[in-house]
Amino acid sequence: MAILTEQQAKDLLTRALEFSQADECECNLSGSNQGNIRYARNTVTTAGEVSDVTLAVQSSFGKQVGTATINEFDDASLEKVVRRSEELAKLAPENPEFMPILGPQEYGSSPSWVEATANVTPEQRATAAEASIKPSKADDLVAAGYLQDTASFIAIMNSKGLFAYNTWTNVDFTATIRTSDGKGSGWVARDYNDVSKLDTGTASAVAIRKAKGSRDAREMEPGKYTVILEPAASSTLIGNMVNNMGQRQADEGRSFLSRQAKEGETLPEDAPRNRAGEKMFDERVTIFTDPSNPDVPAAPFAGDGAPVGRTVWIDKGVVKTLPNSRYWAQKTGVPYVPTPFAGSGLFSGGLSFVMEGGDKSLEELIAGTRRGVLVTRTWYIRSVDPQSLLYTGLTRDGTFYIEDGEIKFPIKNFRFNESPIVMLNNIEELGAPVRINGSMVPPMKIRDFTFSSLSDAV
Amino acid sequence: MDRRDFVKLTGIGVGGLMLPITGRIVSAAELTQAGMDFAAKKSLATVALNAATSAGASYADARIGRYLNQFITAQEKRVDNIVNTESFGVGVRVIADGTWGFAATSDTSPDGVAKAARQAVAVAKANSKFQTEPVQLAPVTGAGDVQWQTPIQKNALEVPIKEKVDLLMEVNNAALDNGASYITSVLFQVNEQKFFASTDGSYIDQDVHRLWAPFFATAVGEGGFKQRNGLGNPVGMGFEYLEPDPAEQIQVSGANVGYRWAYDMVRDAREAGQQLQAKMKARSVEPGKYDLVLDPHHLMLTIHESVGHPLELDRVLGYEANYAGTSFATLDKWRSGDFQYGSDIVNLVADKTQKHSLGYVEYDDEGVKTKKWDLVRDGVLVNYQAIRDQVHMIDQDESHGCCYSQSWADVQFQRMPNVSLEPNAEADVSADDIISDVENGIYIVGRGSYSIDQQRYNFQFGGQLFYEIKDGKITEQIEDVAYQSNTQEFWNSCVAMAGKSDYRVGGSFFDGKGQPSQVSAVSHGCPTTRFNNVNVINTARKVG
Repeated sequence: MAILTEQQAKDLLTRALEFSQADECECNLSGSNQGNIRYARNTVTTAGEVSDVTLAVQSSFGKQVGTATINEFDDASLEKVVRRSEELAKLAPENPEFMPILGPQEYGSSPSWVEATANVTPEQRATAAEASIKPSKADDLVAAGYLQDTASFIAIMNSKGLFAYNTWTNVDFTATIRTSDGKGSGWVARDYNDVSKLDTGTASAVAIRKAKGSRDAREMEPGKYTVILEPAASSTLIGNMVNNMGQRQADEGRSFLSRQAKEGETLPEDAPRNRAGEKMFDERVTIFTDPSNPDVPAAPFAGDGAPVGRTVWIDKGVVKTLPNSRYWAQKTGVPYVPTPFAGSGLFSGGLSFVMEGGDKSLEELIAGTRRGVLVTRTWYIRSVDPQSLLYTGLTRDGTFYIEDGEIKFPIKNFRFNESPIVMLNNIEELGAPVRINGSMVPPMKIRDFTFSSLSDAV
Repeated sequence: MDRRDFVKLTGIGVGGLMLPITGRIVSAAELTQAGMDFAAKKSLATVALNAATSAGASYADARIGRYLNQFITAQEKRVDNIVNTESFGVGVRVIADGTWGFAATSDTSPDGVAKAARQAVAVAKANSKFQTEPVQLAPVTGAGDVQWQTPIQKNALEVPIKEKVDLLMEVNNAALDNGASYITSVLFQVNEQKFFASTDGSYIDQDVHRLWAPFFATAVGEGGFKQRNGLGNPVGMGFEYLEPDPAEQIQVSGANVGYRWAYDMVRDAREAGQQLQAKMKARSVEPGKYDLVLDPHHLMLTIHESVGHPLELDRVLGYEANYAGTSFATLDKWRSGDFQYGSDIVNLVADKTQKHSLGYVEYDDEGVKTKKWDLVRDGVLVNYQAIRDQVHMIDQDESHGCCYSQSWADVQFQRMPNVSLEPNAEADVSADDIISDVENGIYIVGRGSYSIDQQRYNFQFGGQLFYEIKDGKITEQIEDVAYQSNTQEFWNSCVAMAGKSDYRVGGSFFDGKGQPSQVSAVSHGCPTTRFNNVNVINTARKVG
């Protein structure tokens, strides 16, 4: 049931819309099949499969809007959920920012569905876990990991004739492999739309190598260092920045992209007051989203059914485009800039972005470094100052000192206090982007990265 | 969740349909309708237990859950969202061939539930091939038939929507009229109706209520913007928590008002506006070593991160290594019997029986009667947090009763109970008394930015409000403060704490753990407490 075909979704949504008595009605049908396996201490601890489909109905009378959802799909249930949304709309106060629903749209295609990923079996998951546990055990190491595969669909239909449909698959694998004395720890993450690209044994070998290599780390003084950030070390910082680029927050004066009035200048109330057009980063920084990108495909439409194509947010260091809502676009007289649908739910992921880079591999970046620190990943990243986009967090699971192009020895983990704005101005070199956590991020060599204290954690 | 991601919910418009949990949205009236009666649930659960044992389970439990929520979000002068959700289903957990298995279903017919039970046994048997540590359960005596409800005076879900919307509008106006440029206020109301049955002979029906009313205010001015969040606490109470009561307010001279078991949200919003204006003009802190006086609304999160998490036995043993991490508080330190977690005035207790707290229930999610126990006594590490399948690993034979699952669809596992710092037992001193002894310090109020390493050694915490203390008195608000320390060093620098009259209970509504991640709500009580000679950094940074 969980993955409806385009025709099945269309039929169900048509039946639901037939019950509508509101001025406008929009239905959003989504579902997923998810399977997982978790292991720790070299043994499987939990495994499961979850399947779910939800229909959400939004009805409006004038500027009053109500929303209701249901997970039963017989006619009586469909009528009930439509009526409920209409009752809630009549109870709701008018929303002055209400925007009418969109009419029919044309969409591009997206290579986001891979059949093999949708057909992963419990046995495949167990075999994948075994490929990580077995070599760890053989090396007197302790493996913990998690594999999750998901197949999802979304369909949107409204009373003005809009219909959008997309399906996508994902597989996510992480493993933390530690030495049995607890003095070394390595980690690896892989995620793909296509499960056939995933080899948990090869991936785990990376974590095994780092676990063994990170034993007996030496202490180095905190301070400013040239760092080589593996993609997993920078992706959250850059993702946080991209997710904070909203035009409204900037225009309202509460974002790192807010434009401050110059002396004697009065900024207009109803026009954009942000830093679009300014060069804020090193000219090698280009960040875009593109639903049709083969490495990180996404739905070719936004949550409201607006079509989404390739959008460049930062172009050669210049802030190019800021995402907005239709209400805010209209209010400030700029085009509507939607972002691709990123899943519904409180814990839905952020935007999948692509950051351009160079051609070199991580190893080549290391080979070209006289002195520096290699960071496998960063963790527990929290905003310290939203104005300067200052974040704090820690290195984890493999931090090494580089000298004369070689990894010399493991070093203790650091806490960092750094802003991605500063980081993306201090670029020495970018490597070839790789997929991490749904985005494409290059390994990067950054100068003057700020480590503020040492951590004893392994 | 991430617990911090709930903020995403506050940013949604009508077009961005984001449901906070899986579940269908229902009308307010339906939220308060009576669910299945006890006998019907007992009968349905018995079907699950019988199906599991017939399929070869040596142990089984079934949880029939109805999870109701209402969320109202208001931004400035408009209501953004009113969402009612309901989720109903059954989760069955079994042990077969010494291995756990779990399955859940929203098909609550006897056939559907029996099928889920058999599926759970099949999962257990499949995974037993990889099992190297067969499950050992601490004994539990069957509780028989039990019914329990969170002691509430006013069911928040029964309060008319208009009354709640009016309150949020009054809150937003109070902030906007007093110096805030923007404000988002939210009302989260949670009701878990959960029935637990096990092959031990327990049939436990519990009706759990929780409430949280946070706000997030921002002031914009020349040179940038500042933020100040509400100082209310998430609680295991009804709507009565939002009825102001001066007897439940603690005024700290020259600084803020703290709230105990009643929250004046409008007053707090008004003061947030005023304090935001003061923040805009406040001077930046001089970094260095300071004596810190930490307000309970701030310290509760420090306790959560530096005591609650490192003393979870599953983390200590490595079961969370791939996600949240492990722990510095290793078994050898505990076994030594003299590991000085904190100074000798530090007493930290775990407690699932504390009235009004988020973790308060009569039985946990595997049918164990809840209790209170010591984690750190006179500064020494004495125990962990553990459930039925873990206590044998620390040579104990009684579960601590802190097993929890966020819904019927997720498997239950060890979650943090309320973990609290006991107040000064010798003298009922006030926050003002604590401050009066400090020569050069900073008084920190409210939870701000927080980050800690994966073994819980090194941390950095910010706050909402920072006040300079000079010669025993609060002088002025300052800004850009964060402190960095090491858990053991920090708790050993604890030199004084206020007494029971100052004791307040804060908490985290969305604590995340596990893969797939589950949220849990947990409280932390403490008095205003002093820590000497802590490293304070300045977080201001100039960027392009």
